Amino acid sequence: MTNTPEGSKRPITTSAIGIGLATGAYGLSFGAISVASGLSALQTQTLSLLMFTGASQFALVGVLGAGGGAIAAVLTAWLLGARNGLYALHIAPTLNLRGLLKPVAAQLTIDESTAMSIAHDHTATHSRHAFWATGISVYILWNIGTLLGALGASAIGDPAVLGLDAAIPAGFLALLWPRLRDRTAWAIAAGGATVALVLTPLTRSGVPVLASALIAVFAGYRLRDRT
Amino acid sequence: MIWAAVLLGSLGCYLEKLFGFILPPTLLDRPMIRSVAALLPIAMLSALVAVQTFGDGQSLVIDARVAGVAVAVVALLLRAPFLVVVLAAAISAALLRAFGVAT
Repeated sequence: MTNTPEGSKRPITTSAIGIGLATGAYGLSFGAISVASGLSALQTQTLSLLMFTGASQFALVGVLGAGGGAIAAVLTAWLLGARNGLYALHIAPTLNLRGLLKPVAAQLTIDESTAMSIAHDHTATHSRHAFWATGISVYILWNIGTLLGALGASAIGDPAVLGLDAAIPAGFLALLWPRLRDRTAWAIAAGGATVALVLTPLTRSGVPVLASALIAVFAGYRLRDRT
Repeated sequence: MIWAAVLLGSLGCYLEKLFGFILPPTLLDRPMIRSVAALLPIAMLSALVAVQTFGDGQSLVIDARVAGVAVAVVALLLRAPFLVVVLAAAISAALLRAFGVAT
């Protein structure tokens, strides 16, 4: 460990910008998919500015686009966003925030900023720097990406012709992929998909995805002493 | 209706983040809370993949989206970045339709 923490912050900033650029590319596809799902460019941008958590945003527009209705879309987004609360609980002691910084940090608490903060938790200063640099970088570039994607997709026509309807499940798959780290994860993914497909012909659109959450609750209960 | 979903969804997702900074960190000592929150994205993202690949309203269909998702799997196995995965799926589905191979 070096005694000049200021100097060693630079590589963290560089990674944070790199992560922001990669996330900006996600934002581009989110913007395009959201508009293709029937949201306006303004509604799409509002999601990226206010909701700012990719999986929930994709889910909300995905469920709305499939005709699942507002209630199912909102509940799905909330359930997917629950993990951010867990991240916040985890990093709050390190960030040690007061006053107005809390609500600001809350908005920036996502997969990327949390992972970077934990990866650099050898000192609290580095951990905090990693959180803020990544959060701010991703926030800015995710929103720029969304804007470009939304404007781009507004300029083109039928999503099915362009294959954008295939981009939606591919996007969810890319979000799921890094989480499939062990057999438990694969089993839960298989369970979630099965529940959703079995229920699709039986329930109204939007319900199958919500019902898949029960698989997580059941498995979480069974595995509660193993994590 | 869409605006209501956008704003309510955003408000809830923000409050979830904020609660984490306000509530006591001892909540993390409850293994059930930890494991369920970690597993929810896996079950639900997988369900979303399934429904968005095969669902058409209340029916299940096989169309060009299946091929698009298969191409996405290959792209992910090749460690392609997100945008490439999504574009590969869209382009392959669009091409299959353009050539009349799939609907």
